[in-house]
Amino acid sequence: MKRVYVKEEWCLGCHLCEYNCAFANSNLEAMTSLKGKKIFPRIHVEGGERITFAVSCRHCLDPLCVKSCIAGAISRREGVVVIDRQKCVGCLTCVLVCPYGALAPGEDGAMQKCELCLGSGRGEPACVAGCPNGAIVYEERSESE
Amino acid sequence: MKRYVIIGNGAAAVGCIEGIRSLDGEGGITVISEEARPVYCRPLISYYLEGKTDPERMKYRPDGFYEENGCRALYGRRAAAINPEKKTVSLDDGSSLPYDALCVAAGSRPFVPPFAGLETVKRKFTFMTLDDALALEGALTPDARVLIVGAGLIGLKCAEGILARVGSVTVCDLADRVLSSILDGDSAAPVQAHLETRGIRFLLGDTAVRFEENRAYMKNGDTADFDLLVLAVGVKANAELVKDAGGRVNHGVVINEKGETSLPDVYAAGDCAEGYDASLGANRVLAILPNASLQGRTAGVNMAGGDAALDNAIPMNAIGFFGLSVMSAGVCDGEMTTEREGGAIKRFFVKDGLLKGFILVGALERAGIYTSLIRERIPLDTVDFELTKKTATSLIFSPEIRRQKFGGVV
Repeated sequence: MKRVYVKEEWCLGCHLCEYNCAFANSNLEAMTSLKGKKIFPRIHVEGGERITFAVSCRHCLDPLCVKSCIAGAISRREGVVVIDRQKCVGCLTCVLVCPYGALAPGEDGAMQKCELCLGSGRGEPACVAGCPNGAIVYEERSESE
Repeated sequence: MKRYVIIGNGAAAVGCIEGIRSLDGEGGITVISEEARPVYCRPLISYYLEGKTDPERMKYRPDGFYEENGCRALYGRRAAAINPEKKTVSLDDGSSLPYDALCVAAGSRPFVPPFAGLETVKRKFTFMTLDDALALEGALTPDARVLIVGAGLIGLKCAEGILARVGSVTVCDLADRVLSSILDGDSAAPVQAHLETRGIRFLLGDTAVRFEENRAYMKNGDTADFDLLVLAVGVKANAELVKDAGGRVNHGVVINEKGETSLPDVYAAGDCAEGYDASLGANRVLAILPNASLQGRTAGVNMAGGDAALDNAIPMNAIGFFGLSVMSAGVCDGEMTTEREGGAIKRFFVKDGLLKGFILVGALERAGIYTSLIRERIPLDTVDFELTKKTATSLIFSPEIRRQKFGGVV
């Protein structure tokens, strides 16, 4: 299965992925509408002065968030970890258990996470398509599934 | 074909079913469900009363879960006894079920101390099941005065859930602080203050010793009048079935890392079980849903002939009140350090070069990185712990470790 991978040696720390994600998951017509607004992306850039890297859901083979969700809102469908935001009550247990820091509350308080832009019909996630330095890729890597 | 029996129908039972089915698609699974409904999210009952969810969305698994997993669910049935010699479970209707592998996932029940005069209280409730919540809801009125005995996780979530629907909520507890099982003194204070600003009244370091209809007589001599009484003192593991069958029971059914009890082919999982707590380094009851799910899964895999072990279970609680998040994990043992920023508190406990526990009040971002340091027993001298105390970030790991985390399949 294809997943999002980051190459931190190429990451510029420009945070464009965050904007591309927030825009792709919004109903806005133009990305310029995000200017001046607090955004709630499903990918985020961490790092210091020398090292930066983007973090989004790893779509783990054995996801702790799925087993920990007290609302039964997170599940694994054909390898993709998805969240039913209608069921989520915002308890934050998934935030407490994800070893990667990949889940966070959305604007409405329900948790959100990367679902690989699968519903978008674009073929690859917006963060990958928009990364100016090719530091985020969407590809198949070996797994022992 | 193997015959599986599961006593209980909560998150541990679901974990067990899914664990069995990960290896064995054939064997018959019978689930004995005391509650007459499919599995639902018990920890959400306070969110239900608060209007944040409803019974439809509270389903823990989709409709059709039992059918798709080849399970027969016996609703409204109670297991009466386990016969480990004959390998049968007898039910309250006199029938009996043979098993090749049995999982006791019987949960826990409210512990109600023998208060004097409790029988004179007409409207009293516990707060554990959806039926409990529905019964309490039926009694709520806009001017009702509610007294909750117990300022723990259950009592306070109940208080939050009903506050907007009643006249007043008072919470008493023998402990000198709220959430005494997961918070220490000065991390509990801001949580209490936050709840007080919303209108919840506390009587701490004090408890009811006697009831007389609508009045509680407190230990320090005060009285508290109420219309509705909620008893949330604590819970007790449903371990009697295993104990009566001769199995080893302490505070819960004692299990090893494979989920096995001391009885052959009898497993246990969830709130009724006492398994290994990796942060404590000893067995204890970890009555949280994630643990129930993980223990159930482990038991299920092993019941089906697999080889699973759960060696990194720890207490982990995320519990918010009116927008203030409270998180804790592990144990409060070792050298304590506290970071404060704005109103937020981050408190860490370090022992033997390992993170053993933490408390976060008003801070939540990427908290799972802290949890992973405890669960994976990552030596703190291999990470930049000083940095991560301020901000939870994967920057604390070496580039090589980060490559594994973000460049490979995990």
